[in-house]
Amino acid sequence: MAADTLVDIRNLEFAYGARQILTGISMTMKRGQVVAIMGGSGCGKTTLLKLISGTLRPSSGEVVVNGEAVHLMDTDGLARHRRKLGVLFQFGALFTDLSVFDNVAFPLREHTDLPEELIRDLVLLKLHSVGLRGAHALMPHQLSGGMARRVALARSIALDPALVLFDEPFTGLDPISLTVTGNLIRRLTDTLGMTSVVVTHDVAESLKIVDEVYFIADGRIAAHGTPAEVRDTRDAFVHQFIYGEEDGPMRFHFPGGSMDADFGLGGARA
Amino acid sequence: MNRTIVDMWVGIFVVAGLGAILLLALRVGNASATFNVSDTYSVYADFENIGGLKVRAPVKSAGVVVGRVANIQLNSQTYKARAELAIDKRYQFPADTSAAILTAGLLGEQYIGFDAGGDVENLKQGSVLQITQSAIVLEKLISQFLYNKAAEGGSSDKAAEAK
Amino acid sequence: MVWGARVLKALASGFSHIGRSVVEGTWRLGYASRFLALVLLRSGLSFGRFSLVVRKVYFSGVQSLIIILVSGLFVGMVLGLQGYETLVRYGSAEALGTLVALSLVRELGPVVAALLFASRAGSAITAEIGLMKATEQLSAMEVMAVDPIARVVGPHFWGAVISMPLLAAMFSAIGVFGGYLIGVVLIGVDDGAFWSQMQAAVDFRHDVMNGIIKSAVFGFAVAAIATFEGYDAPPTAEGVSGATTRTVVTSALAILALDFVLTSFMFTGQ
Repeated sequence: MAADTLVDIRNLEFAYGARQILTGISMTMKRGQVVAIMGGSGCGKTTLLKLISGTLRPSSGEVVVNGEAVHLMDTDGLARHRRKLGVLFQFGALFTDLSVFDNVAFPLREHTDLPEELIRDLVLLKLHSVGLRGAHALMPHQLSGGMARRVALARSIALDPALVLFDEPFTGLDPISLTVTGNLIRRLTDTLGMTSVVVTHDVAESLKIVDEVYFIADGRIAAHGTPAEVRDTRDAFVHQFIYGEEDGPMRFHFPGGSMDADFGLGGARA
Repeated sequence: MNRTIVDMWVGIFVVAGLGAILLLALRVGNASATFNVSDTYSVYADFENIGGLKVRAPVKSAGVVVGRVANIQLNSQTYKARAELAIDKRYQFPADTSAAILTAGLLGEQYIGFDAGGDVENLKQGSVLQITQSAIVLEKLISQFLYNKAAEGGSSDKAAEAK
Repeated sequence: MVWGARVLKALASGFSHIGRSVVEGTWRLGYASRFLALVLLRSGLSFGRFSLVVRKVYFSGVQSLIIILVSGLFVGMVLGLQGYETLVRYGSAEALGTLVALSLVRELGPVVAALLFASRAGSAITAEIGLMKATEQLSAMEVMAVDPIARVVGPHFWGAVISMPLLAAMFSAIGVFGGYLIGVVLIGVDDGAFWSQMQAAVDFRHDVMNGIIKSAVFGFAVAAIATFEGYDAPPTAEGVSGATTRTVVTSALAILALDFVLTSFMFTGQ
């Protein structure tokens, strides 16, 4: 494994019972990069994130983060792994009974014995980096969707993680918040020296900020490359996805019997 | 919500709850009058019939509760009921004290009444009371009363005939 | 022949239905026991940060105070009225204090307070934990290497267990006061006889302590049911509302069944 590789996934398979979700996934993510994982709804993107964070265990294959095998970790190992990991959930998942300040302070208070003044400085610093230092006294229900997302981002980087996972960070945001969030991910990755994995189906925004893109379809990697490469792709599926075309390899109609049979046309009524 | 306000309310809540328990113990219940097991001594009394006497019924002397019935068993030799009475150590009684099963009011609960005697010796742990009076069984009392009435009525009729 | 086959088929589906519910019920019971064992096992961590438990005592205890006190007062007043009506026919109106106090301390205090507690605090606990699950707050804690059972469920559980006996005692105490208001102040039963007969009949160990033990058992049951239903709720709006309803129904049944068992152990055989 090269020294600059942070996440190394090899031949990953995952199934819920009899339902196969992921098949033969292999990918590497380099330090300091923003990597996007794209695909249609329900293609297994979020499952992949859960496998990296160790919430789920693969049926077979390996997940190696920073030289340590996540799929083999015990409870203590997972706890150590997760302290170096930030996760941003789809809608932020802020703790509703805590203020913005206490939300960002939560990981610091749980995992460190820092004095309260130092925690205060650190929290305000993190909030400042997402532009919300002035909102530290608000409660989560007073925030807009975009602000909540940024507070959650501040919380996920509170312990200066090496790797941050973003689960659909752009869902339900207005165009301004969307650009703000996208640029934040890029800037924080560069300034804090972390690595970001963004699961999304927002093509336009993510292609602006990422270094590498993986496309997943039917639980397999359909294509991967830099944004420039995938824009010029000749792969029919990726082309359909990027340009949002209605019909292509992904059909508008769910597969079924022939139309004639279903509507009882052609006198072939059963 | 401010931390100190939460703490204060929880403090008030806990104190009020403990206060309620204390109130139930002292004002509603009789914790002040309940004595510890170690502070009592046991004496025994045999009765022909205990009626409705129950374990934990009070033992009273001159109306003051001095103990409780700890246990009731039937002696299979004499066919008498033997009651074990736990008496508060603060109260000492002469050895010839008598015990009677009495009823509080017409329909009230039954209790044991102590009538102190004049002996110089006192009752000790394990003493047996010699003089006892059984419970009054209402049915026996009524049948006795009717029988007496009938006998009385019969004799007065005869007297009238004789005149 | 056709009818016979149909009957057989109906029978088979009936049996498999019964079988499935038994298997699922047993599985759920096992899962619930495992959950309860985990909560108890990790409650050391919850008690380690006692301020969390104090917050939850506020959440379930202090916030149930009004309903408990008002209901207790009314139940005591009704007992005073009804008891007087009945007792006065037998010329023993002085026994009113005994009647009110014994009914409250032995039976109505623990049971009615527990039923009210289940619907006020139990449902709130389920809703709060269920919502935290639905909005991924519990998952967020988990990937921050913070155990949600120790951090969220445990304090809720112990807050409820601590609150319940205190609330039941307050219910009984204010109920006796309600009976006093009606019996002595309003109807004019003799004040001295009311208290002295009560004190002669109510035994601390036999009546008051047993009532407290009852309410502690009920508190344990409500806490276990409410936290489990919340933790187990499907992470959707319908899931949480369904779990809240189940908490109230299951708690009420559990309280009444446990009350029968406890009463038959405590107050018979003499």
